[in-house]
Amino acid sequence: MSILVQFVIGLVFGLGLILAGMANPAKVLNFLDLAAIPAGRWDASLIFVMAGGVAVAMLGYRLAFLRERPLLAERFSLPGASRPDARLVTGAALFGIGWGLAGFCPGPALVAALTGGLPALVFLAAMLAGMALARRLAAATVVSMPPVEFRREP
Amino acid sequence: MIETAFTPIASLAGGALIGLAAVLLMLFQGRIAGISGIVSRLLPPEADGETAGRLAFVAGLVLAPLVAYAAGSAWPVPQIAATIPVLVVAGLLVGFGSVWGNGCTSGHGICGLSRLSLRSLVAVATFMASAIATVFVVRYLL
Repeated sequence: MSILVQFVIGLVFGLGLILAGMANPAKVLNFLDLAAIPAGRWDASLIFVMAGGVAVAMLGYRLAFLRERPLLAERFSLPGASRPDARLVTGAALFGIGWGLAGFCPGPALVAALTGGLPALVFLAAMLAGMALARRLAAATVVSMPPVEFRREP
Repeated sequence: MIETAFTPIASLAGGALIGLAAVLLMLFQGRIAGISGIVSRLLPPEADGETAGRLAFVAGLVLAPLVAYAAGSAWPVPQIAATIPVLVVAGLLVGFGSVWGNGCTSGHGICGLSRLSLRSLVAVATFMASAIATVFVVRYLL
């Protein structure tokens, strides 16, 4: 049941990326190209993606947290509430450079696996390698914050 | 550059679907819908009993174009301008950076911002700035 549910949620997420235009790197790069604003060639669509996503998630999370526990799990698991640190900023900066070079972030790279031909598969393979490398390095060097796990007392 | 059309309605609706997926994952599994977190925990699989669920989520993402096509949409072909060597470098940076920084556009951008997480706000400001700077360098300076 849990596995089927997660498959369907992945599908919904992927359909959202496709409908939003996020799955098209050209659209992402045209959004990131702020210097195109004066010429009227800036594609502002991605602001709307973020607005729609954050609005629904902000409201929906509140409703979900009204429950004592998730429907198919023992407890909610959220990232530990640590402060921003050098590692976070370094990682985000490197991620942004890659995103700006190709126009792909992780979700769209997976959505493009069947549709983007060899270039998309090359990006995907390199991305997976980069992730595996970061996990190895993090396991060796970083004491990670335990997640915050909770369920409401009934 | 490849011209793209401004699509506020479709993008808002698509964003809402992404948000809905994030809410459903929290409601059913109690988890954050961060793609880099989900995928990287398969490399190699973490021994926490969640591997099958993570694979199912990834399968849903990969198969989404087929469902969109079956539902009457055009086959969603991505327009990729970057050359193969650039794609290799970009992929390594995206993969490494998103895991090193504990999240990408989904985990920090949608889930983190909607929880008003300071870490996510800093991460989003950082990767937006570096991505915008990178596009500027590639399009206007190189």
